[in-house]
Amino acid sequence: MSQPTWTQDGYELVVGLEVHVELATKTKLFSASPNRFGDEPNTNIDPVTLGLPGALPVLNKYAVELGMRIGLALNCTVQPCTFARKNYFYPDMPTSYQISQYEDPLNIDGWLDLPDGSRVGIERAHMEQDAGKSTHVGGGEGRVHGAEHSLIDLNRAGVPLVEIVSRPDIRSPEQARSFVNELRAILLTIGASDAKMEEGSMRVDANVSVRRPGAELGTRCEIKNVNSVRSVGRAIEYEARRQILMLDAGESIRQQTRHWDEGDGRTHTLRDKEDADDYRYFLEPDLVPVMPSAEWIDAVRASLPMLPAARRTRLAEATGLAVDSEAIGSIVDRGQDDYAFAVHDAGGDIGRAVVHLKEAFAELGAEPALPAADLAGLTRLEVEGKLTATQAKTVVAELIEQGGGDAAAIAAAKGFEAMDTSELETMVDEAIAAQPDAWEKFRAGENKAMGALVGHIMKASRGQADGKLVTRILNARK
Amino acid sequence: MSDRLTNDAVVKVARLARLDLTPDEIERATEKLGDMLDHFADIDALDLSAIEPMNQPLPIVNVMRDDVVEPCLDRDEVLAAAPQAEDGRFRVPPIIGFAG
Repeated sequence: MSQPTWTQDGYELVVGLEVHVELATKTKLFSASPNRFGDEPNTNIDPVTLGLPGALPVLNKYAVELGMRIGLALNCTVQPCTFARKNYFYPDMPTSYQISQYEDPLNIDGWLDLPDGSRVGIERAHMEQDAGKSTHVGGGEGRVHGAEHSLIDLNRAGVPLVEIVSRPDIRSPEQARSFVNELRAILLTIGASDAKMEEGSMRVDANVSVRRPGAELGTRCEIKNVNSVRSVGRAIEYEARRQILMLDAGESIRQQTRHWDEGDGRTHTLRDKEDADDYRYFLEPDLVPVMPSAEWIDAVRASLPMLPAARRTRLAEATGLAVDSEAIGSIVDRGQDDYAFAVHDAGGDIGRAVVHLKEAFAELGAEPALPAADLAGLTRLEVEGKLTATQAKTVVAELIEQGGGDAAAIAAAKGFEAMDTSELETMVDEAIAAQPDAWEKFRAGENKAMGALVGHIMKASRGQADGKLVTRILNARK
Repeated sequence: MSDRLTNDAVVKVARLARLDLTPDEIERATEKLGDMLDHFADIDALDLSAIEPMNQPLPIVNVMRDDVVEPCLDRDEVLAAAPQAEDGRFRVPPIIGFAG
């Protein structure tokens, strides 16, 4: 399938993403304080979190298991791994180093397939601990620049993260957004993270560069503070244009870390990029290697649920809709595809079920309160021609409101009775008589002209006519 | 004195470690660290191709704990030990000026 490519003034865009996700564990990566968002500041702290002398980290087994789930869902190889200290001074990490994985990450060499058919390589997905949260006081709007002092909450310090590093395979802002959406759907499906960008449990950094097609990779800038899927696309596009302007002006790109400002829609210099050397990585002496056994890896693999891509394919095949259609995408995103199959299993029509799920079930979550059998009953009435699509919509709304019920009884109570065909034929006659121009154009092959005729009939029947049947009669008369 | 290490490299490492060294101390550190690098160069010169890399001196792997919450430290007690605290949080100097 084709992959969207963004180009401007003869440059192409090259993007790699680094996505940090907080794991859905009960405790931190190396200590037993709660991993919980939104608690009172500094209530989830312990000697390891505070970096007190003599405190020793002990690895959380479930965090490793969730890390493996992510790796396996992204087609990675899970391998024996070690932890390393990444040294830097920042008050949100009292040890003055972050425990991360450097030379031997848990997961390497995977890929993620996107709904448009493109594939993005995954270089690695490694484990590390999160830092605390700084609030900057004084200066403008909580920004670090110009702040008088900062306040540190260490509840988040030590929370387990997996950092997923893509290869620089992304070629457009849309593809980057699609990557983030698909990754998020996978993380939710496998229960690895709640992946909320707005709460920071999923954070996306974008490495952006531009180049002449076929040329070597250009110098990249890393964009941080991208807090929504929409911003991912905006920030990348802004940054690419900035770099192209500089190159065209004969300037060179400096490798930098840049900060995305949602308000002004620009990226700003945060700092010149550190070299990996500056972090003085070395093996964490307080932790031993992790060597996941083949049995453990197999058990985790076997426990993975069906992933979004497979679920979209399953639903698309059952309904005949395109796998990248909006209906299929949104229903699988909401986790309502199992419900669609339950409607099918209850003797309903899955195609009609999907139509209702897409619209009326948008806010109802993965397990709608309406019994699948009741929606199945409604779809049967539609398929049998006893309800029009418009009438069915009304009945669905009623079913949802009542939390269930007999579709036929609701339809009868509303006075919905299917018109018989002869009645419709008469209406078609009247419409042709009233709209002779439209009729001639329609007969001459102008299908658009049908709209005026159908509209006339719908109006005359006050919406009770079955649009599909009307179309069939009109086509037969032509 | 070793030629493996320059004063500039030591100044850089000291800055990364937030160490405020006098010129004398830089000279001494350059010499001592250079001696260490010489020692590692001696090891580098050995043929170790038949020896497995050792990540860790302990012959154990997979030391892990279950994901079970245990009681935390008392916030007030911890903050009382900090140089400055405000609103239940640690108060620290401005970060940009603080970082090097």
